[in-house]
Order: sequence, then structure tokens, then C-alpha cells
Amino acid sequence: MKFKGLIAAVAMAAATIMSSTAHANRDYISIVGSSTVYPFATVVAEQFGKTTQFKTPKIESTGSGGGLKLFCNGVGVEHPDITNASRAIKKSEQEKCAANGIKDIIEVKIGYDGIVLANSKEAKPMELSRKDIFLALAKEIPTKDGKLVANPNQTWKDVNSSLPARKIEVLGPPPTSGTRDAFVELVMEEGVEEVDMSAVSDEAKKAYEPGALREDGAYIEAGENDNLIVQKLRANPDALGIFGFSFLDQNADIVQGSIVEGEAPTFENIAAGRYPVSRPLFFYVKKAHVGTIPGITEFLAEFSSEKAWGPDGYLADKGMIPMPDAERQKFASDVKELKPMAMK
Amino acid sequence: MMGNRQSTESNSAFSLEFNKRLNRRYRAEQRFKLLGIGAISVALIFLVFLLATIVSNGYSAFRQTYVKLDVTLDKSYFPDEDLAKGNYQGIIKSSLYAMFPGVESRRDKRTLSSMVSKGAAFKLMDMVEGNPKLIGTSIAIWVPADDDVDMFMKGRIDMDQPETNRRIKDNQYAWIQKLENDGRLQLQFNDLFFTSGDSREPELAGILGAAKGSLYALVVTLLLSFPIGVAAAIYLEEFAPDNKFTDLIEININNLAAVPSIIFGLLGLAIFINFWGVPRSTPLVGGLVLTLMTLPTIIIAARASLKSVPPSIREAALGVGASEIQTVFHHVLPLALPGMLTGTIIGMAQALGETAPLLMIGMVAFIVDIPGSFTDPAAALPVQIYLWADSPERAFTEKTSAAIIILLGFLIMMNAAAVYMRKKFETKW
Repeated sequence: MKFKGLIAAVAMAAATIMSSTAHANRDYISIVGSSTVYPFATVVAEQFGKTTQFKTPKIESTGSGGGLKLFCNGVGVEHPDITNASRAIKKSEQEKCAANGIKDIIEVKIGYDGIVLANSKEAKPMELSRKDIFLALAKEIPTKDGKLVANPNQTWKDVNSSLPARKIEVLGPPPTSGTRDAFVELVMEEGVEEVDMSAVSDEAKKAYEPGALREDGAYIEAGENDNLIVQKLRANPDALGIFGFSFLDQNADIVQGSIVEGEAPTFENIAAGRYPVSRPLFFYVKKAHVGTIPGITEFLAEFSSEKAWGPDGYLADKGMIPMPDAERQKFASDVKELKPMAMK
Repeated sequence: MMGNRQSTESNSAFSLEFNKRLNRRYRAEQRFKLLGIGAISVALIFLVFLLATIVSNGYSAFRQTYVKLDVTLDKSYFPDEDLAKGNYQGIIKSSLYAMFPGVESRRDKRTLSSMVSKGAAFKLMDMVEGNPKLIGTSIAIWVPADDDVDMFMKGRIDMDQPETNRRIKDNQYAWIQKLENDGRLQLQFNDLFFTSGDSREPELAGILGAAKGSLYALVVTLLLSFPIGVAAAIYLEEFAPDNKFTDLIEININNLAAVPSIIFGLLGLAIFINFWGVPRSTPLVGGLVLTLMTLPTIIIAARASLKSVPPSIREAALGVGASEIQTVFHHVLPLALPGMLTGTIIGMAQALGETAPLLMIGMVAFIVDIPGSFTDPAAALPVQIYLWADSPERAFTEKTSAAIIILLGFLIMMNAAAVYMRKKFETKW
């Protein structure tokens, strides 16, 4: 029995040593991060893998927050090289990175993504303002005499008399999603500015969170699977769904986007900045890993090439909205020089 | 009996009551039988509905639309010595423009060249790199069509919708009709599905990468869990003394069989990846985590089959002078082996379908290259299904269903093998 124990111990030790040498020889780029940037990063990775002799980068969809957490854990082969994010890195995350020895991070903006509020083609398209969406979905809204009450609106007509008398039912992302963070920032926090909060006391205003969404059944958290939301919208023409522009683009025969403040969610409107609900997409690179892990500079060059992120590029074909020319040139030259970002 | 009672006049009132109760009991039994049959029928209807949905969504994925192009491999497209830098996309585009000379505007030209898959250029590159003598000649090749054209050929695009809502525009529709009439557009067997790894282009996506990842993980699981599980079962059955410590071990093993599988994933993340430094997303760490999950199943099955060997075998062996070790390994174990193998196969089938623990250890990444060893990053088959189900392109729906069909096929085969072995090697003592 002792002999067998010895064999087991040796085998485990061998496995560990073998695995750590395998680790030290990591010859593929390891990328984590946002599920919104994932469809775009994967296209570039595949193109990169097929046209160069480097291995195809491995890309995991962990969410923006989860990706930055893994990214900022330290420098070394066991940590990811690049993280995708559908929002800018926060100051606290930058500090965590610095505390773990990551000195130079290169920030690259790759394009924009539109968030649409879509419904089934069987119903008429809705024309909403951000104030309407806020009053329909906020957990607490102010009344005329300055009190913050639980949202009483049941139909869209209650929110705005020019809207149809349909029950408010919106399927959207859960709190772990970067899309939800972006929706809150671009719609709820803008919509609340249009609401008359003058009667509300100052301390109530301070404690108020416009981004808290209703939990009484009007807002339904439908998970990260946007295909599921599209199917549910097909089954229920009264419901609305929140998801990224690429899903609208691929399913334009089933769903249509709502017109927000007079602008329809089309490629041209989002690219021109006219459609208000669009957010930039980023990825962050550890400068320390460039050179140790083969292929990072070439991958960055592929991502920042016109044939990838330009207006006629293959990322635009997949539903990503490209940056204006000046921005693209700026980021392309920053990437070429591997210019690290400043602390916030 | 009833007839006897009825014939006795003095008992007629009693027997009437009795008959009523008897008939009520028969009716109740009949209802209970019908309820049972009804329940099974409902379950079967759900099963048939599930299988029908999956098969109807997925069978079309086994065929792929191919386009026949006449390409001229002119030397001007190869400016460099390095054949990988040739302008294959340009060759394909010029072949398409030559077929449809009326197409002139830049926008229309882009729409035309988007009808052929991006993989066409790579196929051409592989052909030329394999046989550089082709440069300067003209050849006809079949290349995969783009996923929108493929969906149209499989009838999944609604042409009654206005043009802005369709993926196939009116001019593309006209070109497709012409290609079909010329015999240049065909649905052929989709071997790309079985020979390539994951891809962002649905027409190029395949399950080979995920299948190999699952295979490597299962090999690691089998190599680790079978010896350890059988050894643990032998110890507990044959050698363990009857004390509280043994009881504790038994309770823990039985409980582990019921622990949610994602906990094993968390354990794998914390210990194997963070503490021991095993590389993330590899079949090695996947196999280690699945081992932990399969061990309780194998131990319980092995113990049951060891218990089923009658004590007379052990006594006879001890009686002719065998030591305890010899009794167990030369006599009891070979007789218990078929039952252990059945349990192992069932445990492996469970491990094949597990997704939750693999998500935690990172086998849920976009990996294009086919894994070549245990330490190459890989995805697993059920995880690949999960990733494809999340993709926006319509063509991935049929790929997801096709991958489910293949996974179900493997599971049915493994479970059928287990049942067959159990029946064949069942020894009635």
C-alpha cells in the first residue's frame, strides 16, 4: 500500500512538472473579456490564425468585469494577455492592475456597438424617448409632490399618452452583463435628467439610483443568450427586448428596432452618432507580454488594419459600427507604437 | 364465487353491496392503470417532440451548398515567393466578376463576392501550396458558399419579406438562379463539419476540435478514475475494518455522487489551475475535474458488483491457501469486472455530457485549432453546442442541432454498450 502511495505521489508530481513546462511554453495568445466584443474579436483571431504562422488566439467570453479581474491578477504566462471590454476600464481596476505589477496597459478602442430596444415585426414599431423608457423601467419614480414611489406604470400609455396602451414587458440582460451597464448609463441615467425631480428632497436625490430596474415583472432578466430573447419576442408581439445591434442585423426578418428620439437603429445612424444608444468597445493589452508571447504585435496589427475595423472591413460585416476616420487613425498609430494609457 | 353467493337467497342484500364495492375497486384499478399509461404516453410525446425538433432543425447541417468556380491562377496574383501571401481573394473575386459581367458598381461587386465563403480563399491557398505547378493554369473548383446562400438553398429564408428585411437581396436571388441553372450551385455532403474546428463563419464551423477535446478529456478521466475508483471500492468492500472512520468515508462518497457538478469546476479552478498551475482550458485539467465527478459513480457501481460475488468464492479461495490479496485480485475481481465496466461506461457517458464544471475551468473558449495533445487548449462537445447557441448567425441554429444529434448519438451508443455488456456478462449465481 505504501508502494502504491509512492507511485501516486510521483505521478502527481510528474503531472505538475509536465503541466508547468507546458505552461511556460504557451505559444498562443490568451484573451478573455466581454461577451459583446467576443463576436468581433473571434473573427479577427480566426483571420489572424489562418493567414499567419502563429497559433489562433484562444478567446473566452467571461464578461467585461470578469475579464478585467482575470487580466489584473498579474503578469505571467498563466494570466491572460488581452482583455476585451464593452466599457472603459475603471480607476479601481487600473489601481488593482498597478498593485499586481502590471505597469503598462495599452488601451485600444475598436468601434461602437448599438443597443436596440426591439419588438416583433408583427407589431407596430415603437417611437420612444429616453424619458419614456426611464419612466417605464425605473424601480422608483418621483411623483408630483416630491416622493419617490414604486413605479406604478403598467402600460406604455401610462408613461406617455401618445404611446399605445400595451402592457410594459421588457426582456433584458442580467446585472452581470456589460450590456446592462451600458443600457443603464446611456438610457436610464440620461432619461432621469428629463424627469422633473425639483420637488424631491436633496438627500433623497443623493440616495436615488436611476439605474435600479423594476423587479415587479415589467422588466424580465432574460439571461445572456440573445437568441433566446429573439425567439421570445417572436412568440409575444407585445414584448420588447434589449440586445446588441448585431442580433438585430441578423434577425431583421423577425424583429425591428424601436425608434429612439427620432432616430432608427440603422448602421448609418449609429455610425454617424445620431442614434443615441451606442457605446464604444475596447480591448486592453499588457505591454509586458509583448515579445514573450509570440504574435501579439502582429495580432494588434491585424485588428487595427483597415480591412478589419474600417467601414468596408469584415468587422463591419458582422455588425460592428466602425469609428470615424480620425479616431481610427489615432488608435492605429497608438497601437503601432504600443503607447501605454495614462492612469485615470 | 359470486355465483355461489348469488344463489343463496338469504345473502342477496349482502352480495349486492359486495358487488358494488368490487366493481368500484375494479374501476379504480382500471383508472390507475390508465393514469400510468397516460403518464408514460405524455413522457414519450415530449421525448418524440424533442427529438423531432432537434432532428428537423439539424439534419440540413449535414449538407452544405457549394459553388463551382472557374479560376485562373495568373502569375500576377503571386508577387511574393511566399505562396501564403498570394491574393487568393482577388482570384476568386475576378472569377465571379467574369461570370457576371453586368455587375459594375462597387457596392454590387461586394454583394456578389459575399456570396462565396471566406473559406474559399483558404481552400485555394491549400491547393496551390500543395501543388505549386497549378500557378499559371485555369482550374474548376467547388468552394463553400456563404452561410446566407446556404440558408436560402435550404429554404430557411423567407423571400416574401421586403428586401430590407432579408439577408438575400433581389440581385443575389437572380444570381443564385443563374448559378443553379448553369449547374454551378449544389448541396453536397458537408465534410467540413467533421474535419474542421470552430469558426466564426457558420459554413466553415465544425465539431472536430470539440470532439477531440472531449476525447482527450475522457481519456484522462478513464485513466485516472478507473484505477482509483476500483481500488477504493476493493478497499471499502474487502479490507476496510468496520469502524466509524469507514462509515465516514462511505457517507462522504455517497454524498459526493449527489454534489452539483459545478462545485467540482470551482474546485478545479481553485486547486488545479490556481494552486498547481495546470494550464487553463486544456483537456488535462478538464479530465482531472471530470475524474473527481465520475469517481463516486464508479466506486458505488464497483462496490455493488463486488458485493454480488458470492462469499463462497472467497471462502473457497481462502480454503485452498490463497492470501487475502490473492483472493481478491485473482478470484473476486475478475468475476466482478463486467459490472465494474458497466458502471464505468455509464460514468463516462455522464462525463461526456457534463458542461458546468468545464465552464469554470475555461474549456469554454473560441478555439479554432484542432488540439494535438493533452495540453493544447480545447473545447468540449457540449460546451461547443452552448457557444454556438449564443451566436447571432441564423446558420448556427442548424449546426447547434446537428452537434446535439452527434452528442446524443455518442451517448446512446455508450449506454447501449453498457446495457449489452451487462446482459451478456450477467452471471446468475
